[in-house]
Amino acid sequence: MDSSQFFGIASISYILAMVFYIAYLVLKNSTVGIVATTITCVGFLSHTAAFLMRWKEFYDIGQMGVLRAIPLTNLYESLIFFVWCLILGYLIIEWKYKNRSFGAFITPIAGMALAFIDISGMSKDIHPLIPALQSNWLLAHVTLSFLSYAAFALSFGTALMYLAVSTDDKKSGAYLFWTVTLGIFISVLLAMGVDFFVFKITVKSPEAFIKSYLFRATFRNSSGLVAGVSYVASLAIIFIVWRYGYKLGKLITSFSISKEVLDDLTYKNIAIGFPIFTIGGLIFGAIWADQAWGKYWTWDPKETWSLITWFVYAFYLHARFLRGWRGRKIAILAVIGFISTIFTYLGVNLLLSGLHSYGGM
Amino acid sequence: MGNGKTEKNKTIIDRLWNFFSSITLAVVVFSIISLTSIIGTIIEQQSQPERNIQLLAKFVGDSSAPVVFKILDAMGFTDMFHSWWFITLLFVFAANLIICSADRLPRKWKQVRDPIRPLTPEQFTAMPIKRELHLADKAEKANEITTSAIKKIGLKVQTHQLDNSLQLYGEKGRYSRLGVYVTHFSILLILIGAVVGIFFGFNGHLNLLEGTSSSVAYESSKREIPLGFVIRCDAFEVAFYENSDTPKSYKSWLTVIDQGKEVVKKEIEVNTPLTYKGITFYQANYGFSPNRNSLFRFSVSSNEGKRAAVQIHFGESFEIPGTNVVGRIVDFTPALGVDESGRLFTYAETMNNPAVFVEFTEGGKPKYQQWILRRYPETWKLQDGIVEFRGLWGAQYTGLQVRKDPGVWIVYLACIMMGIGLFAAFFMSHRKIWVRLEAAKGGTKVTLAALTNKNRISFEHKIDRVLKDLGNRT
Repeated sequence: MDSSQFFGIASISYILAMVFYIAYLVLKNSTVGIVATTITCVGFLSHTAAFLMRWKEFYDIGQMGVLRAIPLTNLYESLIFFVWCLILGYLIIEWKYKNRSFGAFITPIAGMALAFIDISGMSKDIHPLIPALQSNWLLAHVTLSFLSYAAFALSFGTALMYLAVSTDDKKSGAYLFWTVTLGIFISVLLAMGVDFFVFKITVKSPEAFIKSYLFRATFRNSSGLVAGVSYVASLAIIFIVWRYGYKLGKLITSFSISKEVLDDLTYKNIAIGFPIFTIGGLIFGAIWADQAWGKYWTWDPKETWSLITWFVYAFYLHARFLRGWRGRKIAILAVIGFISTIFTYLGVNLLLSGLHSYGGM
Repeated sequence: MGNGKTEKNKTIIDRLWNFFSSITLAVVVFSIISLTSIIGTIIEQQSQPERNIQLLAKFVGDSSAPVVFKILDAMGFTDMFHSWWFITLLFVFAANLIICSADRLPRKWKQVRDPIRPLTPEQFTAMPIKRELHLADKAEKANEITTSAIKKIGLKVQTHQLDNSLQLYGEKGRYSRLGVYVTHFSILLILIGAVVGIFFGFNGHLNLLEGTSSSVAYESSKREIPLGFVIRCDAFEVAFYENSDTPKSYKSWLTVIDQGKEVVKKEIEVNTPLTYKGITFYQANYGFSPNRNSLFRFSVSSNEGKRAAVQIHFGESFEIPGTNVVGRIVDFTPALGVDESGRLFTYAETMNNPAVFVEFTEGGKPKYQQWILRRYPETWKLQDGIVEFRGLWGAQYTGLQVRKDPGVWIVYLACIMMGIGLFAAFFMSHRKIWVRLEAAKGGTKVTLAALTNKNRISFEHKIDRVLKDLGNRT
């Protein structure tokens, strides 16, 4: 068996786990809950095994040190690792809070992400490392960065849930904010899905795909009509989320997840993500840059966006501790923080040029 | 510190202090730095005007793009991270950070210095975490087991005897309260390190053709910076992964010559630089510029096993040892490729796949001709022997990033401090516990109160473990 089969087992497990987690919420039967957790753990172990196998495969062909062969050098590998961190984070939360209700929200994201990576035909080929990436700092810098991204993603999820639970007035700014954010998210994901299905056969490399085909099937279509329809469709999606978003809040409340727990979880994830991001992302990144390029800080777009993200979360923490912000205001900040994180992770590589541009694709 | 004074008595200094210690200022500065930085990542920094005009044309149209560009350029947005106003922003941020911290530090310091004291009954009831328990043991025994249970979760215990009760109290992680300040200070230290680097260091570049040397580096403005010694590039090589054009390593063999003597020889790569007298040379880029003096290197051997090393210029000839066969280089390409119809062409301007075309003659008569490729040993074999193409020397230059930065150690120190500060700020907390022991119902009534500045849930878990320990005894 090779790594991709283990990834397959992991994605199936996560999706199966989702079914059980939802059943658990409905039936409130603890046996079902234990089954759900077990399946998640099986998926996680398989995922871990797959990751290690890929590491081994990379090491075998890469002609370099073990530590340098960590498979985290393109978008495919980084997404897989991101999902791994997400599940790890979730399992820790489940264990610490003795609460399984979040499983129904996290496992589908993980399962679908893995399946999506699989279907999309993103490059699974193993490419040997270019000289700039041949450093032991790769391991420390990249793994810690992704751990923090995953923590921020969890905080984003809980902050959105908080907003969904705490707002039902359609005219309030907070309600508008979270529904529009969620609507845009869904639209972008759908549009990317359409891209993948339309262009999958014609494009071989993911680099070419993302650089020249992203949103070409929808928003950037050469036919004005298709582009127009896409925009209208995404507006419709945003409208639907806005119109019926309060039902999501009711659904979450019915799962007996309290607002306080959501607020606390959002903070906890940021409190874990922020120091890891500072040390692993910014400091280790600076040290590596110093060794590779002779400059620890160059205001390259990736660095600058990391700093912007760092500012947003620093603001979150100060607002919480010095001004005692709680509730909606702070949840909105957490959401903005993750939007900035996504841009740091993907947007910079896709849209801006700079030294890190090799890192993503 | 102006807190105690009335509005009227405020001096200019008080006003300035209040201005810089306000969180509103911090928010405003954070936001301005972030927003302008976003613009700075969209507009290409220090790049050719045409590129940015093209970029702007997408947003504002072809006709107004040059005008918008001129405005942005005049405002410093094309090199904004070095513009006076952005640097000013960073200094305002630093001032804000210093004064905000200084404003709050005395109070914090008092909390840290103040030893924990036993509580009055009123204070006892006001504590956020409270537990009660009845022990069958008498006072002395109860004291003993409670003390050890608290010690087990890592708190030091003191006792305070009252008339009819005993109070045990202890704390842990007092200094973790300073984590925030350590973190803030480390940010300042990073800025100080950066300033030291800017004033006492330099950042330059140097291209060295194989075999040449230099005693200066060049700043981006083409200003010469004397190194104080001579650096020579002995050789440069790009290695590729097998059968591909993916580079595996860029290597330069450098020699430092100080006062006429060769003092250091080192092979540098990306990620492994050479440092001499505080100046560091980094492998940054490379290039190809063949010239008259470039030497083709071969190792030639005959079928009988006679060997010779050959170094010749373009157009010159060599002999296969022990034969009358003479080879002459008539063509060269740094990257020989074959297109779909079988035609040969040069596919790169760098030495990805160097190849020489050699015409062989015997006694002046043409015999055969052949492409000999450095990366493909099967092309070295000839009818009369083996011509191993070892490469072309003196045609590539190595691009070195040359840096002197005495501030970098301050920055590294600050990074370590920041790590410690963040760890203390997020993963440690100041925990206090008080336990009152009173004789009751032939045993002891244990009342526990506790306080923590953060992470209350995990502290409560620990306290419950203390209670469980005690409970198991009864």
